[in-house]
Amino acid sequence: MTAPEAAAPRFRPGDPVRVRFADPPGHIRTPWYIRGHAGVVERLCGTFGNPEELAYNRPGTPRQPLYRVRFRQDQLWRDYRGPASDTVEVEIFQHWLEPGDAR
Amino acid sequence: MTAPAEPHGHDHPHEHGHAPHPPARPDTDDTLTYYKAMEVAVRELLIEKGVISADDVRRAIEAMDARSPAQGARIVARAWTDPAYKARLLADPNAAILELGIEPGVYKLVVLENTPRVHNLVVCTLCSCYPRGVLGLPPDWYKSRAYRSRAVHEPRAVLREFGTEVLDSVEVRVHDSTADMRYLVLPERPAGTEDLSASELAELVTRDSMIGVARVRAPSRGGA
Repeated sequence: MTAPEAAAPRFRPGDPVRVRFADPPGHIRTPWYIRGHAGVVERLCGTFGNPEELAYNRPGTPRQPLYRVRFRQDQLWRDYRGPASDTVEVEIFQHWLEPGDAR
Repeated sequence: MTAPAEPHGHDHPHEHGHAPHPPARPDTDDTLTYYKAMEVAVRELLIEKGVISADDVRRAIEAMDARSPAQGARIVARAWTDPAYKARLLADPNAAILELGIEPGVYKLVVLENTPRVHNLVVCTLCSCYPRGVLGLPPDWYKSRAYRSRAVHEPRAVLREFGTEVLDSVEVRVHDSTADMRYLVLPERPAGTEDLSASELAELVTRDSMIGVARVRAPSRGGA
């Protein structure tokens, strides 16, 4: 049995990334509140079937690299009440990520 | 809460010579929604066609209900008392929990260590992903819209409502469980528990401390 087709990882831990700002129809597992926002890759979790395909009983290939991306809370919410060091980490599939601005 | 207008088909004050009773509970305390009806239909078809049996379904529910936060507590207590185990747990959680005879299931477990500098909090904003394999079924509040939206937007206010104050010098790190990972918080071992065994420590570890909304407390000295 051949391994299912998987997309190659484009990002490494520490890389700045930006979540695509998009609103496609269907089953999406990228929360709204981080779309368009910049973050940093915390780790590569592995490659997994694309949930946007699996939800409709399709094979979910190519499997997508899944990352945990760390965001600064004070950049996500204009009214965030807490220190600048507070963060949120979200699992995001590679096809939702673009290279971020170097900082 | 109001009684039907004419339950007895006659009109008299509701006195039968005994103490007033609370309103009767409806016989069916559940509503058959679209998806519930679909579940029943699919389940009955699968049983009728011999794909699965009613006993398979019952056993699967029993296995689901058998998982409880006690499993997570055992993992935490072992990590507190065995530094080498803790290192393995943080590096490869699925393999480390299997060492304790806990089946990791299909998801990848991520263990988040609370430290004096970082306090971790777990939420699933999209639905209710929860590390059922190690904590059992999630509490109702975990699935509520209020928790799911507020935990990412105002985590410190949420923590305060759970009685957990986190100093501004400590980073609050929220983990939104959106895909294929499941998260278990490894809480800080409370001071004053140096003499306790792993099984005594496990009894202190609460479900909420492993979600990250609470800390583990040492047993009060000389308590009842």
